[in-house]
Amino acid sequence: MVEPDYLKFDTLSLHAGQEPDPTTGSRGVPIYQTTSYSFTDTDQAAGLFNLEQPGHIYSRISNPTVAVLEERIAALEGGVGAVCTASGMAAFHLACATIMSAGNHVVASRNIYGGSHNMLNLTMPRFGINTTFVDPRDLDAWSDAITPDTRVLFAETLGNPGIEVLDIPAVAEVAHQHGLPLMLDATFTTPYLMKPIDLGADIVMHSVTKFLGGHGIALGGVIVDGGRFDWAANDKFPTLSQPYDGYHGITFTEEYGHQALSMRARAEGLRDFGAAMSPTNAFHLLQGIETLPLRMQRHVENTAAVVDFLTDNEAVSWVSHPSVSSHPDHELAKQLLPKGAGAILSFGINGGREAGRRFIENVQLASHVANVGDAKTLVIHPASTTHQQLSAEDLVAAGVGEDLIRLSVGLEDAGDIIFDLARALRASQKG
Amino acid sequence: MDLQCRSLDVKIATGGVALDRDARPVLLIHGAGMDRTVWNQQTRYLAHHGFAPIAVDLPGHGGSDGACHETIGSMAEWVNDFIDEIGMGPVRLVGHSMGCLIALEVASSFSANVERIVLMGAAAAMPVHPDLLGAAQRNEILAPQLMTAWAHGSRAHIAGNPTPGLWMRSSCQALLERAGDGVIFNDLYACNAYDAGDVAARIECPVTVIVGSEDKMTPPKATAQLVAGFSEVELKHLDGIGHMMMLEAPNDIRKILLEALQ
Repeated sequence: MVEPDYLKFDTLSLHAGQEPDPTTGSRGVPIYQTTSYSFTDTDQAAGLFNLEQPGHIYSRISNPTVAVLEERIAALEGGVGAVCTASGMAAFHLACATIMSAGNHVVASRNIYGGSHNMLNLTMPRFGINTTFVDPRDLDAWSDAITPDTRVLFAETLGNPGIEVLDIPAVAEVAHQHGLPLMLDATFTTPYLMKPIDLGADIVMHSVTKFLGGHGIALGGVIVDGGRFDWAANDKFPTLSQPYDGYHGITFTEEYGHQALSMRARAEGLRDFGAAMSPTNAFHLLQGIETLPLRMQRHVENTAAVVDFLTDNEAVSWVSHPSVSSHPDHELAKQLLPKGAGAILSFGINGGREAGRRFIENVQLASHVANVGDAKTLVIHPASTTHQQLSAEDLVAAGVGEDLIRLSVGLEDAGDIIFDLARALRASQKG
Repeated sequence: MDLQCRSLDVKIATGGVALDRDARPVLLIHGAGMDRTVWNQQTRYLAHHGFAPIAVDLPGHGGSDGACHETIGSMAEWVNDFIDEIGMGPVRLVGHSMGCLIALEVASSFSANVERIVLMGAAAAMPVHPDLLGAAQRNEILAPQLMTAWAHGSRAHIAGNPTPGLWMRSSCQALLERAGDGVIFNDLYACNAYDAGDVAARIECPVTVIVGSEDKMTPPKATAQLVAGFSEVELKHLDGIGHMMMLEAPNDIRKILLEALQ
């Protein structure tokens, strides 16, 4: 039996979306640090503005350096297209704003990044979009929360900070049975560990700032359009399936079919909301993606060593990572994440909030920052930082106890990471 | 928008504008397992340059109702009826791959309805690899994967999409994955069974053939055999381009179409 001769993941990480620069021969991706682009003639200019032909007009809408990153991430995820944004939150907003309007409703996992929770719980209601939060493991809860106004189901591939593994095929089936798309934040897994589109997701978003970039020096976000969802199958998505006056009555599903979401998100979302990625950030993020497969392998290996260490440490009351056999999603992780369940874990420290504070203040190699997915090991105490806006009730629902420490395992020597953690854990118990 | 043919709904794309019945009609016919959206790089441009593009979903494809037609001849009869139905003929016919075979049959059998034809990814015979045919018959994802792998030139497997952010390979595969069960097999079987005979010699209207140097589905040699049969033909070569030329080289194709369709 013949097989498709597709280029493999590692090759695409290095090459997808880029050819040597046709003008200079530059092998590296040039930084096109420009706001605008010269038109060859009035016909071309009119054609670009009218979506008659592709090309660049203004860097808020598209930019050649950013386009390389977009094509590369789309290639790695197996999507039909991608649209990069200034940050992961901008990507989340862009996706929501492209498919929803006032009066619509979201069903979301309750175990998501605090910023995403805030946007859905506090900010979007001001614009008439409300959210029901559900236990991501409860399939009936997903289904029961869907109303006639629901337009999307949203979750993270690995929950935050409890590292719940989402049963993507099962939740996707719930969504599709109701004629709805499943949108996933896949920041913690990256396409190296998991390809959500292959598992049934319809929209994938990332904070590219994290593992995809890997270096913690540039902000960025992206939405990836899976291209498999039929936006015209019902009347729920008029922004895609009805004429749009913004381009003289074009109907995106009729003209672009399976690429409708990508086209509308750029043509309207970037044009009007303007949360564009800078070309220099795109360049930095591309350098990170070139080594994504190698880095993710190392992240996973180091995480395994750290999990082993924490599991045996007397100062630690519990360790939550899907690689631990006691984790509720251990078996699901083996099925959906055979290369590893990521490099973010949480653990409980004996002594509660004060012990947590002493631990944070005594790590020396690990950095105390509000970030994950850096090449460097990072720690944070979510109850006092990333999730501080949540009420006590929401904190409990999100699984964020006062003793919880979140650890993003970096690429340092595993022995050095463990030495640092051991020292800080000892100090934490000397209250 | 939707039109009707044989009392069934037919989905068409017109470039996002109302169908201009006073403009020169261009009927664009997609290839096996695909739909109207493969022409999205051309329709809107043509609509704003004096033409009335009608990119049609064949029955059973995309958003059109009805069952797939099982032979190229039957598909051609349906296209001829559709031309009659829209009442704008004779039309300029543009075909891609299987759409070329349909265009050849329409132009030879119903010449009054065709002003000229433009063929992309054309050949007198389109034998289909038995593994692909088998995968399509079993509705396996391998069929879209093989078609996608073979339908693009080497450049398109890495980069080169002029539309910012779009990834050509997955776009093609996703489009084929959306085809209903049996649709790809139906079309590939029809292509495999088609015998062009002397169809080229029976075509009297002007013909333009566009050939991609890296077309593995209808290689340049196979295209040349077809081209030799035409009495009047203009041949256009695209270097480094594969079978999905309207998406791999949209700017070149727009330029060629604008000249050829005048």
